[in-house]
Amino acid sequence: MQFYNEMTAPDGVRPHYREFDRWLGQQTPESLERKRIEADLTFRRVGITFAVYGDDAGTERLIPFDAIPRIIPAAEWAQLQRGLVQRVQALNMFIHDIYHDQHIIRAGVVPAEQIYRNAQYRPEMQGISVVSDIYAHIAGVDIVRAGEGEFFVLEDNLRVPSGVSYMLEDRKMMMRLYPELFARHRVAPVDHYPDLLLDNLRSVAPVGAADPTVVVMTPGMYNSAYFEHAFLAQQMGVELVEGKDLFVSDNAVYMRTTRGPRRVDVIYRRLDDDFLDPLAFRADSSLGVPGLLSVYRAGRVTLANAIGTGVADDKSIYPYVPDMIRFYLSEQPVLNNVPTYQCRKSEDLQYTLSNLPDLVVKEVHGAGGYGMLVGPASTKAQIEEFRARLLARPDGYIAQPTLALSNCPTFVASGVAPRHIDLRPFVLSGKTTSIVPGGLTRVALKEGSLVVNSSQGGGTKDTWVLEN
Amino acid sequence: MLSRTADHLYWMARYTERAENTARMLDVNVQTALLPQSDADAQLAWRAMLGISELQQAYDSRHAALSPRDVIDFMVRDPSNPSSIAACLNGARENARAVRGALTTEVWEVQNQTWLDLQSKLRERLHERDPVQFFEWVKYRSHLSRGVTIGTMLQDEAVHFIRLGTFLERADNTARILDVKYHRGGDERGRDFYYWAALLRSVSGFETYRKMYRDVITPERVAEMLMLRADMPRSLLACMEALVDNLRQVRNATSGETERLAGQLHAELRFARIDDILQDGLHDYLTKFLHRIYELGNRVSRDFLVPLAA
Repeated sequence: MQFYNEMTAPDGVRPHYREFDRWLGQQTPESLERKRIEADLTFRRVGITFAVYGDDAGTERLIPFDAIPRIIPAAEWAQLQRGLVQRVQALNMFIHDIYHDQHIIRAGVVPAEQIYRNAQYRPEMQGISVVSDIYAHIAGVDIVRAGEGEFFVLEDNLRVPSGVSYMLEDRKMMMRLYPELFARHRVAPVDHYPDLLLDNLRSVAPVGAADPTVVVMTPGMYNSAYFEHAFLAQQMGVELVEGKDLFVSDNAVYMRTTRGPRRVDVIYRRLDDDFLDPLAFRADSSLGVPGLLSVYRAGRVTLANAIGTGVADDKSIYPYVPDMIRFYLSEQPVLNNVPTYQCRKSEDLQYTLSNLPDLVVKEVHGAGGYGMLVGPASTKAQIEEFRARLLARPDGYIAQPTLALSNCPTFVASGVAPRHIDLRPFVLSGKTTSIVPGGLTRVALKEGSLVVNSSQGGGTKDTWVLEN
Repeated sequence: MLSRTADHLYWMARYTERAENTARMLDVNVQTALLPQSDADAQLAWRAMLGISELQQAYDSRHAALSPRDVIDFMVRDPSNPSSIAACLNGARENARAVRGALTTEVWEVQNQTWLDLQSKLRERLHERDPVQFFEWVKYRSHLSRGVTIGTMLQDEAVHFIRLGTFLERADNTARILDVKYHRGGDERGRDFYYWAALLRSVSGFETYRKMYRDVITPERVAEMLMLRADMPRSLLACMEALVDNLRQVRNATSGETERLAGQLHAELRFARIDDILQDGLHDYLTKFLHRIYELGNRVSRDFLVPLAA
């Protein structure tokens, strides 16, 4: 398989990497290694760690940081940005439509059963209005590059996408380790993300909240992304709350403070719908707030993201996103989808079963790189095991061709070598739509691996969008 | 401020202070063990160390005999001892982690680095190879934690709850240290100087004593200094002054009675005479004091940290 290399074209180093390449040529392996150790120590001291589920539960691990940045030239970013805004706009319109008049179903663009049989569809949201008709206030769209360098959207994360803290910390680390690089490049800054986020959250406060109180809601310190929850709350200067800090009274949400109850207007919640309100969803959830849903439905508190956004970022809905863009915006999609086989369709299932060694098969509701099959990287036994799961529950899976993910030079034990990467930009939607330049670049550190998830041994890189 | 946040800050400070005081007490015992003394006296000293922390039973259920090495191990890292230095530093760090957003980066990093360093020190068994150096390190980290709190944090509620935790814990610990004589029992006239000198050193009060009294060390004056001197930073009166002050800063609709009780205890110490206290019995006085401090701690929790009703 041929891979697009972010840094080098067949005829030499790409223009936007030339300056960096010159610099890299002047570094010794020893100095790079020294800086890598410095980065590790700093991340550990600062406590930028994540918890891993499964093995070694409860332990804290570092996400490996790679010092070779992923560089995106201005023109490519402009196109990406256009595509992201368009896509997230359409997705927000889709969610609004689904929970109101359902034009898109009636027009026959998306089959009704894809909505109603989706566990992420929330009938509680039917007919409920949210501020500015925005549902996905924060979206993390996963983008990969394949083939000749075309961008493809791999996944729209519209529930509680994480990773933005690594984007910010990676930049901080990079500026600390190699300040001289920033003197030699015009790198678009990203540090204002928390300000944009706070602005965005305040802009969608319930009508009548003059000086809205925003909080970040976390499932608690044992959640894998707890660092990020605490980080964002601190950077925005708002309270980090757990469910038990909040209560509902007189059709409003309050937090318990040392000086008595205080009204809350906007909750940036970092836990799934299921856990928000034990009275409405999972009764066994001790993480949520009893009665929250009824206050929300009355429009007296804003949840970001809204309840029920999962209906739009599900892998079974993904294949319809380009059609949504055409349907709602009457535009051609700027960003491509990856061709997707929906195993619920018998012909797609047949194709998938006959081509398993070449395909990536994903659980429709899976996330984090758990429970997926990467055909070319799997043993015969693993493929057969997956075949059985697929046959038992075909509508639980989709399949996609194995993409030749682009490579970026990465500092590994044997020196500088190409490793596969992806990109997660963060799209903020409120009264306006905004994106900080770049996003989080994840890198698969194992040679040949195409799985970039941090839970599966992935690392991160600083992402540079160059200004003209 | 969120009640839960205040609760974590308060406990972060209490655990940090407790780790420091445990290190101080152990340090003194290790140092006095260098003096010529009978085995029986040495045993008494280590037993008293466990007694003042109310850990005698817990220790006995783990060890058949009393040896300095075992007591140190028990007090430093034994996982079955919830008051061990390791448990305290871990507790401080876990509480800090839960509210890292309410702390300055520096405060959090000190807590986290202390915990990271502790792992490597325990792995290298520094507390066995060179206990004095280990205790020095614990004290140093506590100084650093206090300094970075005062030096970098906004003087708002967060700091007041941290200070409440620090001074409640310190009041408790100083009272326990003073009461060690009772737990030690026995009669060791002639060694008294070393005993009281060691006690003073454990609260960094030896030089202060010299400066303050310019005279021989007597139990009365040591008790006076550690109980009634407002200018001695670890004395009971100094702790109560800080408590009253910080309680006033965080006053809310339900905290009136707590403030009154703290103020009363403060006033009693402020106007007490050491002769009267000694006449009625130091141990009795300290026992009652510990009980009242415990009650104040409960009241602080109820008023601010875990309010029951909405």
